[in-house]
Amino acid sequence: MRNTKNILTLDLKKYDFRDKVDYVYTAPKGLTREIVEEISYLKEEPEWMRKFRLESFDIFLKKSLPEWGPDLSEVDFDSISYYVKPTDRKSASWEDVPDYIKKTFEKLGIPEAERKFLAGVGAQYDSEVVYHNIKKDLEKKGVIFLDTDTALKEYPDLFKEYFGKVVPPTDNKFAALNSAVWSGGSFIYVPPGVHVDFPLQAYFRINAASMGQFERTLIIADEYSFIHYIEGCTAPTYSSYSLHSAVVEIIAKKGARVRYTTIQNWAHNIYNLVTKRAVAYRDAIVEWVDGNIGSKVTMKYPCVIMKEKGARAEIISVSYAGKGQHQDTGAKVIHLAPYTSSRIISKSVSKDGGRASYRGLVRIVKGAKGVKSNVNCDALILDEKSRSDTYPYMEIMEEEVDIGHEASVGRISEEEIFYLTSRGIPESEAYALVVLGFIEPLTKELPMEYAVELNRLIQLEMEGALG
Amino acid sequence: MKGLIIRNLHVSIENKEILKGLNLNLETGKIHAIMGPNASGKTTLGCVIMGHPKYKVKKGEIIFKGKNILELPADQRAALGLYLGFQYPLEIKGITFQHFIWRSILALKEKKRNGDIFPKNFIEFKKELRKKADILGFDEKFIEREINVGFSGGEKKRAEILQMLMLKPEFVILDEIDSGLDVDSVKIVAQAIESMRSENFGALLITHYQRILNYVKPDKVYVMVDGRIVKQGTFELVKEVEKFGYKVFEKV
Ligand SMILES: Nc1ncnc2c1ncn2[C@@H]1O[C@H](COP(=O)(O)OP(=O)(O)OP(=O)(O)O)[C@@H](O)[C@H]1O
Ligand SMILES: [Mg+2]
Repeated sequence: MRNTKNILTLDLKKYDFRDKVDYVYTAPKGLTREIVEEISYLKEEPEWMRKFRLESFDIFLKKSLPEWGPDLSEVDFDSISYYVKPTDRKSASWEDVPDYIKKTFEKLGIPEAERKFLAGVGAQYDSEVVYHNIKKDLEKKGVIFLDTDTALKEYPDLFKEYFGKVVPPTDNKFAALNSAVWSGGSFIYVPPGVHVDFPLQAYFRINAASMGQFERTLIIADEYSFIHYIEGCTAPTYSSYSLHSAVVEIIAKKGARVRYTTIQNWAHNIYNLVTKRAVAYRDAIVEWVDGNIGSKVTMKYPCVIMKEKGARAEIISVSYAGKGQHQDTGAKVIHLAPYTSSRIISKSVSKDGGRASYRGLVRIVKGAKGVKSNVNCDALILDEKSRSDTYPYMEIMEEEVDIGHEASVGRISEEEIFYLTSRGIPESEAYALVVLGFIEPLTKELPMEYAVELNRLIQLEMEGALG
Repeated sequence: MKGLIIRNLHVSIENKEILKGLNLNLETGKIHAIMGPNASGKTTLGCVIMGHPKYKVKKGEIIFKGKNILELPADQRAALGLYLGFQYPLEIKGITFQHFIWRSILALKEKKRNGDIFPKNFIEFKKELRKKADILGFDEKFIEREINVGFSGGEKKRAEILQMLMLKPEFVILDEIDSGLDVDSVKIVAQAIESMRSENFGALLITHYQRILNYVKPDKVYVMVDGRIVKQGTFELVKEVEKFGYKVFEKV
């Protein structure tokens, strides 16, 4: 591998193209027990996973759609293909990746990333990880960075110990669905005391029409380790609605620190319904940095459960809701132990009739003395047609705690835009400047290239380049 | 013809006519002053010249550098060399003053307005900005603050002048730039305006007071009442206004 730089160039904007692919296997549309069995069979999984999938399928059938939040009535579970496998070869080196996939990645800027990339990248093309690489010294340190299917085969015990423990299939309908049909995703294990100094990254992409993508990510950061994981998502536009329903589980053991960064730019017909949750043990720190630009509907509330003293949670999220989009995002912090602390920063921008909601939960159990929690949510509404709502839930059972909550709603006035344009700045750029200033708390947490890319995306949104 | 020419300008806001057939011939190379009672339409005039979308031009023309600019958006008018110093500068969160000016310069450069008069890169830009900020009595930290947020009244006005110095416009409209300035600031601001004076620079000062005009000597003075220019003259006219007020003009 010619890896020289740790940064993946994300050209998130130019992905509205689509490949003709002869899929090796595409499951018939709709979900049945047989299909779940078939997925497990094709993946040559151990018996316990087959059972886990089938049980999850039963739970999925029993659970109803959430009664709160965005309208999901158009999600037609019967018109989705639950498993698509574009190639049966899994490649260890870039040269082995089939040409048609290479071409797609070229358009995505991935070949460049491949040249630049230091830490290793897992690029997911539909359901299977076709390309996976990890730097040698990471391997030497004992860091495991694999696609989740391979991890199940190569590290069955470690896998079984943690899989499905943070987000059980019973959690919600979509977690159950994911548990039944999951495929791909990343598996990371960082041994005690190991610091991975550069972000590990994965790239997800939905290509086949009307298919769901159900990746599953599991990160285990052992005691006093550090890891930063980044995922960027994109999908081409399709006429029928596609579903993306991922589950991410993080375990941060004593003194560990895990940062998980997502910039989501799904095409505007995707339902993006994701369950992300972390458990933090003594003095561990978990940070979710979450940017939502794309999709038709997103429901995502990254959660940190602070199980032991001194654990910390930081959740920074930004969403942008444009025409026809509903971003229902937020954060959940569960304080189960004393002297744990959390900080939530949420920023939303809505424009052209878009709708952005913040939905958050702060729960502090009885006996969790000395807890500190701070919530800050700000909304920026760019026109009269657009909308923003805040749903902050507080369940505070302990008195000796320190809690702050601030919320604000702002608008950009015609006067402000006139002021900026009168200096020579074009109108769309003036809007972009104000919006970028507004979301700066997130961008300053991103690696530079991601920040630049996010800035560019916002600028394009303001130019109305997206339909 | 050089300069800014306004012919028979009729402007309404929310169906109320504010400017009622206004004529002005503002040559470059000269400094013009306009005075008039509250609500006579002075700020409206400045905003219309700069292209505020809120004001509807019903009739008339505005010609700058031989070109009818009425169809142009504000940023393109700025690219032609126009600049408006606001009576009430806007506070804008999340963007630093410095970044704002830099982005403005980049935008002007892109539109190829005398490209070489602007700093080549960000480092040169900062040098120039520091120097000019210093002249106007701003310290280092000031330019890192958000645009006008928490600036005092006088600071806002001086910041308008700092922007003017950096953006190097060819014709400026300064709307009550002297209001709210202390004695020393008036002098500093006046000097800054004087420093721009050249064949290729023109200014229209909107003011209520003689004070600033003692330092920036206007070549021409106009009195505006109820959306029209009712009298035109020299510095003597300023004194007349100070002495008698606007009543005498209203009868004209
Ligand atoms: N947005 C608006 N909506 C309604 N009326 C407006 C609006 N803007 C200005 N006007 C009216 O237009 C008239 C002219 O206002 P303008 O600000 O131009 O006056 P001015 O000469 O600058 O006054 P001053 O000396 O007090 O600054 C006033 O009657 C004002 O109330
Ligand atoms: Mg005024």
